[in-house]
Amino acid sequence: MAYLFNTPDEQREMLQAIGIESIEQLFETIPADIRLSSDLNIPAAMGELELTQHMSGLAAENADARSLTCFLGAGSYDHFIPAVVDAISSRGEFYTSYTPYQPEVSQGNLQAMFEYQTLICQLTGMDVSNASLYDGGSSAAEAAMMSISVTRRSKKIVVPETLHPEYRAILETYLLNLGTQIETVSCPQGVLDVAALEAVIDRDTACVLIQYPNFFGQIERVSEIAEVVHGAGALLVAAIDPISMGLLQRPGDLGVDIVVAEGQALGNPMSYGGPYLGIMACREKFVRRLPGRIAGQTVDRRGKRCWVLTLQTREQHIRRDKATSNICTNQGLFALRASIYLAAIGPQGLQSVADLSLKKAHYAAEQLTDSDRFERRFSGPFFKEFVIRDRQNQVEPLLREMSESGFLAGIALARWYPELEDCFLVAVTEKRTRNEIDRWSALMTGTVQLEAASHA
Amino acid sequence: MRNRQATQLMFELSRPGRQAARLPECDVPGSSTEDLIPSEYLAEAPPALPELAEPDVVRHFTNLSTLNMSVDTHFYPLGSCTMKYNPKRNERIAGMDGMAHLHPYQPDETVQGMLKLLYELQSDLAEISGLPVVSLQPAAGAQGELCALMVAAAYFRSIGERRTKVLSPDSAHGTNPASARMVGFETLTIKSTDEGYVDMQDLESKLDDEVAVFMITNPSTLGLFDQQVNEIAEKVHARGGLIYLDGANMNAILGITRPGDFGADMMHYNPHKTFSGPHGGGGPGAGPICVGAKLAPFLPSPMVAQSEDGYFLDYDRPQSIGRVRSFFGNVGVLVRAYAYIRSHGPDGLREVSENAVLNANYLRSRVKHFLPVPHGESCMHEFVATATDLKKDRQVTAMDIAKRLLDYGFHAPTVYFPLTVPECLMIEPTETESKESMDAFAETLFRVTEEPADLLHEAPHTTTVSRPDEVRAARQPIMKWSATTGEG
Repeated sequence: MAYLFNTPDEQREMLQAIGIESIEQLFETIPADIRLSSDLNIPAAMGELELTQHMSGLAAENADARSLTCFLGAGSYDHFIPAVVDAISSRGEFYTSYTPYQPEVSQGNLQAMFEYQTLICQLTGMDVSNASLYDGGSSAAEAAMMSISVTRRSKKIVVPETLHPEYRAILETYLLNLGTQIETVSCPQGVLDVAALEAVIDRDTACVLIQYPNFFGQIERVSEIAEVVHGAGALLVAAIDPISMGLLQRPGDLGVDIVVAEGQALGNPMSYGGPYLGIMACREKFVRRLPGRIAGQTVDRRGKRCWVLTLQTREQHIRRDKATSNICTNQGLFALRASIYLAAIGPQGLQSVADLSLKKAHYAAEQLTDSDRFERRFSGPFFKEFVIRDRQNQVEPLLREMSESGFLAGIALARWYPELEDCFLVAVTEKRTRNEIDRWSALMTGTVQLEAASHA
Repeated sequence: MRNRQATQLMFELSRPGRQAARLPECDVPGSSTEDLIPSEYLAEAPPALPELAEPDVVRHFTNLSTLNMSVDTHFYPLGSCTMKYNPKRNERIAGMDGMAHLHPYQPDETVQGMLKLLYELQSDLAEISGLPVVSLQPAAGAQGELCALMVAAAYFRSIGERRTKVLSPDSAHGTNPASARMVGFETLTIKSTDEGYVDMQDLESKLDDEVAVFMITNPSTLGLFDQQVNEIAEKVHARGGLIYLDGANMNAILGITRPGDFGADMMHYNPHKTFSGPHGGGGPGAGPICVGAKLAPFLPSPMVAQSEDGYFLDYDRPQSIGRVRSFFGNVGVLVRAYAYIRSHGPDGLREVSENAVLNANYLRSRVKHFLPVPHGESCMHEFVATATDLKKDRQVTAMDIAKRLLDYGFHAPTVYFPLTVPECLMIEPTETESKESMDAFAETLFRVTEEPADLLHEAPHTTTVSRPDEVRAARQPIMKWSATTGEG
């Protein structure tokens, strides 16, 4: 095997040093009746060349976002990734190291974690960030559990329908066994109605979990929501799109208590859904309830500034069943990628990405709704995503034909929202050119014939 | 030569007006930003991120990277973490356009290659575990545990049983009891015997009809295979409970024995360990779980399935617990695991475990003479030595030894875990380490145990920092840079 060292001679020497005859003897502590008597039934080994050809073959059976033009979003976005992100994160010293249990030989990772935490605080306006969780959805669940712990209210949490349906599904899965009810507020206008929220929130509510901009791309009225939430003594959790922070007011300035986010957009490929990174930041006073690793600044025995993992008494390896969460391994490499991305892009760059996405999304929406067939389903301000209603109610066939014509044109909403069966969600990033948008809208509106339609 | 200026923070390097990445001019006609979004929603200025030129960014992070030990640069015998070599080819494969640039909501017909890969990975993981049905969704081992316990809870609900307790041994990873609590279970600890195995008497005294799951790590965190495992499973099953296998130590038993064949009803893998992840400085991992047939309906959705028309994501699973994370899973990690399994095949995987166990036993045979290994006559993929004698005789601790090893260019073993062995060092060489490096490590370790206590208490001496003040970090936490705390 390519990755093994031991030659047969060395194996013999080692067995002799151990004082046994054969490798089989090493496994004699495993009872014979449970030892496998035949080979595993998996395909035979491939050499590197064969493997590469095999994997290229599988990759070729996928139509990726370089061969199809991507207008899909809903939490995973085709944003531009500067080359420095891959160049640096592919250094073996970063990706083949592990959790910094020995700070003296992990200062690179620890300092990068500390920088990441700072960047997330700058981005969100929050006081404290952890060093990442798994992804946006499970971070939302962690935030709900953290809210229950902070408020000591375990009876219910409130979410609007404008929160990502998968996040709501994750919350249900996480909270089911803890007996916490999830009250879902319907949002016929595509944003959370503050009066509707007031009607359901009460003194048993641990938190309200909103999305900003929301699942439909619309911008919630966060300050007003915060007022109602705090009036009931609950916490406000917001799941944000980090790119939108280039333009929009920061949740920390709007009264949000805990921010979570899907960090994929910050320099990470879409990778069919993962790995991504879960961003989580909160007010200083909640820090001892925050799950996950945290890097902290200190000095070493010679007085030199350095970094360590800190507040570890929150964590499972110390507190076991009393820990704030069971999380152990997080998404170190993807937090690093997010840091490199933010460092490379800077404040002006982030503003440009957000502004380009905003303007192109609005241009795309205008182009499409110029036709009689399409309209925006919801009014009100939106960022880089929007919901389109197909008056002909032919969403599935339309999207299928578009994909055959080279476009990932949108995401049908029927599977999550039966009442929106004639609607789909469109996302536009800074990567989409005017040509791509024009062609997409021309195909959609029928001013150019769909290629697939010709052989129908 | 290491760049000694590497430790400035990126915020201290920032100069107004610098910017590494440049974006294009807007090519679509239309309104100004303020016409598209009411000003009340807009921030006055973008976040105050640092401003750096591209060479700044590259030099900063490259220099930071040199402050890490890693598998690519050092022997990294961190017990329980399986720090094996991460094949370069697998990194390239995961980065291929047709793998890395797929949107999770693309239509199934546009991702048939990916779905085929994931489907085959499900089959391979089932075969290697001896448990037939697999969910690739969990994002890490700990989330796999959590998810499997949720599956167990759903199963017991479906048969109308209310079971409230989860048992785990005192040598278990902290994630076991922490996961159980997050699913609302009461957690009970089972003692280990002096030999390091599950104390059957203690188990029987705690085993009743309220026990949902016994979580066992086998091989254990002591690096021992508990031969009672069949008997344990029989006893737990007889009371209607389930066995969960913490698959952290699968690197010892690939192709040799299978959890499904020794009584496990469910388990997780750590592909970033067993199937060479890599570890990424602390993630991403993945935590696929495998279960027996009766638990399969409760696994999270979607799963990859196959029909006449090809592969598809199956959401039509009415008894499913739902979801534990967004989208499909940590696919990039799973692609590497698939590539690893394909490049090894059945013989190769068995050789991996054989050599992992051979290496561990060889190193054990060299170390045990000066650092006693209290448990077992031999070990599986790792062993746990103890410095209790050194501490008693010369006040030299496991931590001192760990720190001094860093001076000699070795990453330290895991120390002070498992909790059942005082002053312990948990050593896992893995199969991708040579006899020479293990010899050098053993010789160095011996030399360290002979060094003066005062020298060891202040070790390491050659690293850029030494013995950070962790108490200060926790008592006066500084968790982000600000202009006022910048100077340390």
